[in-house]
Amino acid sequence: MQTSFINIEDIRNDFPILKRKVHKDKPLVYLDNAATTQKPIQVIEAISNYYLTYNSNIHRAVHELAEEATLAYETTRDKIAKFINAKNREEVVFVRGTTEAINLVAYAWGRQNINKDDIIVTTEYEHHSNIVPWQLLAKEKGAKLEYIGVDDNGELILDHLDKYLQTGKVKLVAFSQMSNVLGTITDSEEIVKRCKKYGARVLIDGAQSVPHLKVDLQKLDCDFFAFSAHKMLGPTGVGVLWARKELLQNMVPFNGGGDMIREVHKYETTWNDLPYKFEAGTPNIADVIGFAAALDYLDKIGMDKVREHEMELTKYALDKLSQMKGIVLYGPKDVTKRGGVISFNLGDIHPHDLATIIDEDGIAIRSGHHCAQVLMERLDVSATSRASFYIYNTKEEVDVFVKSLNRAKELFKL
Amino acid sequence: MSSADIYREIILDYYRNPRNYGKIENPDISERDSNPLCGDELEMHINIKDDKVADVKFTGKGCAISQASASMLTELIMGKDFEYVKKLAKEDILDNLGLQNLGPARIKCALLSFKVLKTGIYTYLVDNLKDTESADKMKEEVSGIY
Repeated sequence: MQTSFINIEDIRNDFPILKRKVHKDKPLVYLDNAATTQKPIQVIEAISNYYLTYNSNIHRAVHELAEEATLAYETTRDKIAKFINAKNREEVVFVRGTTEAINLVAYAWGRQNINKDDIIVTTEYEHHSNIVPWQLLAKEKGAKLEYIGVDDNGELILDHLDKYLQTGKVKLVAFSQMSNVLGTITDSEEIVKRCKKYGARVLIDGAQSVPHLKVDLQKLDCDFFAFSAHKMLGPTGVGVLWARKELLQNMVPFNGGGDMIREVHKYETTWNDLPYKFEAGTPNIADVIGFAAALDYLDKIGMDKVREHEMELTKYALDKLSQMKGIVLYGPKDVTKRGGVISFNLGDIHPHDLATIIDEDGIAIRSGHHCAQVLMERLDVSATSRASFYIYNTKEEVDVFVKSLNRAKELFKL
Repeated sequence: MSSADIYREIILDYYRNPRNYGKIENPDISERDSNPLCGDELEMHINIKDDKVADVKFTGKGCAISQASASMLTELIMGKDFEYVKKLAKEDILDNLGLQNLGPARIKCALLSFKVLKTGIYTYLVDNLKDTESADKMKEEVSGIY
């Protein structure tokens, strides 16, 4: 019982971890993909192949190993630019992850461009990584942080954005393209359009969207875009900041050190070209190379297919879950407006108790506030349970999940 | 521990019908803590009279384990000598709950209320009794709870 869009059996065979058992004899049902995804053998081999056959530092040395490593590292940059349809490869900066990308912008752009009484706008469904850097910046500069609210359907109330934009004080609007809790897909193009009218810069957190949707930066027309490799089959410790060339050119470096310089003298230094100005020190070469294998893997399947598979799976799961007595489902009901992330509460079972119980059946879900405490306050809950899908998940797994939820209900005598 | 062993009738009962839930006005001991991993929150109020626990109440939100354990802890110490409460060890708490074999993630839920209690006693020893020697011992104990 696979979805009609991709051959799941072939895909699952590429993921060694999916063959393991948990709690002695339970097949692993991995539904925590919004936190991090599993890695196909192609990614694991790309990393080990680098260490086994051409491990060396990049950019500086002239020997053969270094040339191979540099080529593999820089080829990843090209693949990323193509994957997100960025105009220029030098706009793609490697960082540790989405969190570092956003902090880089807050530090290197924000401190130059945000002043007293300016407004930074974010939303109520942001991950902490798209809230805390702005709080820090706003406090430092005496600027204001405002929030676009979330309606009862789990969608942003764009009237709030207009209200702030009309003050003429908004310098930056930072939002997630897909909520990591509700799964809501943000109407990003509409937000960018409104911001342009008022000259506000736009940062998009693509940590949840790039792995699951086709993202086209030239169509999006934002100013900054951030995402992480590990949520899209790639290794941890690699992420991307994309930013408009003219912005990157005028930004101060984030880290000072090797590789980011052109000339260093006792008291003066000139900066290297883009993107190297923002890549001080030896980068995470092996994992960047591993990331390329992840991009190849997703390309081979096709992001349209990924999206269709997840929509079908999400609809299947939502249909089953909504029939359960005592369940509260958060986020849009319409699967065209959401990704494969389902947050819910079941009766008075606390999410941590629920996650403990279904873990015994081999099911890995997330429970807690999902680094989105502002949203938890909005939803008036202390925590939710969250199941999130990816390309290797099946309808059978959804059935196992639903069956396990029923066992939890029995244990709690609901 | 299997779920069936954890979520016994008694734990569910204390979770759904917590005893000693509430607040005390101007308590001798007032302490709160949270578990950032889970978001479990707990606040405990205690009145001490004649070296005994004259009253104890708690408020909080969180999982069944954290809330039931807090409620059962209040029952365990109500009316008891302050010295007895000072000496309570985490093993006593887990025995009282019947949750001796929790995994590392969930044991924090079971011991959150105990940590709040011991931290509260520490503050009380320092501020009210000026007993720095006992307080130092208590501080060490608190940091070793989990």
